[in-house]
Amino acid sequence: MSELVVFSVLNGLVYGMLLFMLASGLTLIFGMMGVLNFAHAAFYMLGAYFAYTISLYTGFWPGLVVAPLAVGLLGAATERYGLRRVHGFGHVAELIFTFGVAIVIGEVVQLVWGRPAKSYEGPAALDFALFHLFRSSFPAYKAFMLGISVAIFLFLLAILTRTRAGLIIQASLTHPGMVGMLGHNVPRVFMVVFGIGSALAGLAGVIAGPVLGTFPGMAQVLGSIVFVVVVIGGLGSLTGAFVASLLIGIVQTFAVALNVSVGDVAGAAGIRVASLPALHDLWRITVAQVAPILPYLLLVLVLIVRPTGLFGTRET
Amino acid sequence: MTPAIELLDVHKSFGGTSIIRGVSLTLEPGQRHALIGPNGAGKSTLFNLITGKYPLTSGLIRLKGEDVNGLRPYEINRRGLSRSFQVTNIFPRLSVFENVRCAVLWSLGYRYSFWHLVNAAREVRERTEMVLEQLNLTARRHMPAGMLAYAEQRALEIGITIGGGADVILLDEPTAGMSRSETEHVVQLIRQVSAGKTLLMVEHDMSVVFDLADKIAVLVYGQVIAHDAPERIRANPAVQEAYLGVAQTATA
Amino acid sequence: MPTPTAARMISVADAARPSPLRRYGAWAAAAVALALLPHVLRAPAAVPVMNQMGIAVVFALSYNMLLGQGGMLSFGHAVYFGVGGFLAAHALNLAAQQGLWLPVPLVPIAGGLGGLLFAAIVGSFSTNRAGTVFAMISLGIAEMMAASALIFDRFFGGEEGITTNRAKAASLGGLHFTTDRDVYYLIAVWVLISAAAMYVFSLTPAGRMANAVRDNPERTEFVGYSQRWVRYVSFCASGLFAGVAGGLFAVNYEILTAENMGLNASGSVLLMTYIGGIGTFAGPILGAIVFTFLQSMLSDYTSVWLLYLGLVFLAAVLFVPVGLAGVLAMHGPAWRNQRFGRLAGPYLAAAVVTLVTLVGVIGCLEMVYFFVSAPAGQVTKQLFWLTVNVYTATPWAAFLALIVLGGLGMRWAGPRAAAAFADASLPRAAR
Repeated sequence: MSELVVFSVLNGLVYGMLLFMLASGLTLIFGMMGVLNFAHAAFYMLGAYFAYTISLYTGFWPGLVVAPLAVGLLGAATERYGLRRVHGFGHVAELIFTFGVAIVIGEVVQLVWGRPAKSYEGPAALDFALFHLFRSSFPAYKAFMLGISVAIFLFLLAILTRTRAGLIIQASLTHPGMVGMLGHNVPRVFMVVFGIGSALAGLAGVIAGPVLGTFPGMAQVLGSIVFVVVVIGGLGSLTGAFVASLLIGIVQTFAVALNVSVGDVAGAAGIRVASLPALHDLWRITVAQVAPILPYLLLVLVLIVRPTGLFGTRET
Repeated sequence: MTPAIELLDVHKSFGGTSIIRGVSLTLEPGQRHALIGPNGAGKSTLFNLITGKYPLTSGLIRLKGEDVNGLRPYEINRRGLSRSFQVTNIFPRLSVFENVRCAVLWSLGYRYSFWHLVNAAREVRERTEMVLEQLNLTARRHMPAGMLAYAEQRALEIGITIGGGADVILLDEPTAGMSRSETEHVVQLIRQVSAGKTLLMVEHDMSVVFDLADKIAVLVYGQVIAHDAPERIRANPAVQEAYLGVAQTATA
Repeated sequence: MPTPTAARMISVADAARPSPLRRYGAWAAAAVALALLPHVLRAPAAVPVMNQMGIAVVFALSYNMLLGQGGMLSFGHAVYFGVGGFLAAHALNLAAQQGLWLPVPLVPIAGGLGGLLFAAIVGSFSTNRAGTVFAMISLGIAEMMAASALIFDRFFGGEEGITTNRAKAASLGGLHFTTDRDVYYLIAVWVLISAAAMYVFSLTPAGRMANAVRDNPERTEFVGYSQRWVRYVSFCASGLFAGVAGGLFAVNYEILTAENMGLNASGSVLLMTYIGGIGTFAGPILGAIVFTFLQSMLSDYTSVWLLYLGLVFLAAVLFVPVGLAGVLAMHGPAWRNQRFGRLAGPYLAAAVVTLVTLVGVIGCLEMVYFFVSAPAGQVTKQLFWLTVNVYTATPWAAFLALIVLGGLGMRWAGPRAAAAFADASLPRAAR
């Protein structure tokens, strides 16, 4: 049992920090520009695929730097030549645009790399078990993932709180109009933030590809969860993104690992199961089956009760 | 006679900042009232409190004797109070005719009906045409409201406000940004539409104020320092010091 | 009592309203056209595709009640389509089992009820706010339903879905619906009824205030309307008609799966509605027809049809946000000025260069696809009636050259076409 707990916590942390890498970019972009970037997960996917192609020629490590850079440039170009045009038409138009970008990127990936999953592997140097506990082992590569994510988090923290650029970004998170009035080139700041956010998503793809799989559906799998994280944490709040990422990461990992049914839980709480055929389906549901629904249930609840999320101050 | 609007020791703070600091005001029905005061005094905030956009921090607001604190704007509007906006707040993509019609629909009892055709409802058309004629916008009825000239938009703004037949009308700087002749037209319009109703308007143009108002209230720094007939307001030393002093030297 | 001048105004207004002939003429013409289509288009593939189009038209019109009329962007509209469809399928199965009287023509009513009920439940909390929050809630609900489908497999049929059989239904006045053609006429009637109903809705207080809430939700509160309630009424109506479309789907295909409620279906209806044009009533109709046509025809010729559709969608969002119907409507002044003929030359030139560019783009994309995904050993491909060897440089160079040439041509022809349009649209007095 404690083996389950320990490894679920560890895996939950790895997954959670990965979510944070994605969520931080998304919430930054939303906070600054008011647009919820539907294509964010598509950039994540591009990062994995770019890194995969690079790894075919040079091995894993160069991709770690080159792929996020390429994705970041692509993101900046998307903002400069696409999003900027639609900016004046309102938030609905921006959402629709990023939705279209997500579709096109998804189709282009299928076109260029094909539909089957790619065997994108981590570096051989990290292909060993870091430690053994009970009967399971914790791969060193996952520790590497955790390390990169934490490093990125500290890096973001340092930049945002200790540099002038970071202060401008923080200010633009809550008062973009005012920052523009103060003479900063807000469109360029937008482009840079969009590029950095996309690069972060690409980096997440580079390190997650070997573990979560590199296949055309990977954007959809993670995309919605990242939205959930960002909304629950609070749109525009990095602290919120951090807390919500870890929360969702750990809860989801635990829920999948547990195999009790709703009926078991109810029984433990003393509620007897009446043998109603309609409810039979309900009672037989295991926690693992419900796990995929939980984040979205949370999303809808938060949006109804507290649209600003845990730490956010804006809802639009 | 029940006052049209009663404010009793109204306070409003945003966070730590106190904007309205104890306002008590009684507006008698059937009269035209003006609310004047320097910028930042809290005039628009007061409007927002009366019309339900913001909740009170403390105090009482009564509309025709009924406590309206906490009611949504549409609930207050349905009780017979309507307001215009300082920054033109119309429906830019709808035609001028449709703009006014939106204001007319609820008051004629159509609500959320999906079993009536608006074009077939005679009374809706008649009422809308009447208002359009008062606004002198009949020739523009099919034009998208966003394409009107500024003064015409301000007139439409008033039209939307009075279209529903409210008997308590709040106008927020109706003549802002207008030329002399445009202002005269709007004053005529206001005089027409407020006949027999209670009017409260925020204005900076003193000639309009003294032309239209039966009573003037002066709001300075979140408090009403005077509420009286125009001549007595003009002569009031506190008012002169706080507000009118500048205007007097300008006309002198 | 209106004043004399007001009375004069009203009579002028009455005179300005279109005569009954013009008002109902378009609908009558549509009815006639729908009745004749299967006789005009005799290809065997035509009727099934037209059935698909009909269902898409109702679905897209219902979606535009939210997006175009109400300003509400939903990423999960297919949920109401699906729930309606599932309910219709279950109703048909139940009626056949218990011997109840539910003839096929009335099955879409069950679909509509399902869509309405579910929309009434979800709308009670989702219409509190519009904008991004509404869109996110719709996404959350869609994801929840997608995940729930596998859990509540009694209603959703799990992996295999729910099948039904329209032959087992009671008959209505001796009418049986065995062939695709029979179903076509049923769908055509329902399309006319639904479209007419949705059009009439837009002319009611609820529909007009939906436009007002879209443009300025705050102001509507100050004229006595609760923006929440206005949105809620639109939402429920839109769910009703989405459910009708789902019911038609159940009748036509006799199977519903969780895919029909999924995010791809919701994305498709957004695409087709936007491409058609969200600003007019006919826009979604046009978009549904074009999208379904491209989807069914293109998928025979190419595997990357969704990429093409996605690119068209992006082009629409960036350059032509008014959509196809919007572009057609923009040419109204030119038509009324009777200067339409002047557009022929410049438009033809622009069309030719655009076509050249498109051929180049399509050629390159198709070759890339072939390069990546063709089975080993195959080196040649059929492309535009030519056989090309993908591994040689010639076809690549040729298509790239077409793109460059076409692009240059567009830079020349585009401004000319725009100038011709502007000139033709000038009011007569300005000449």
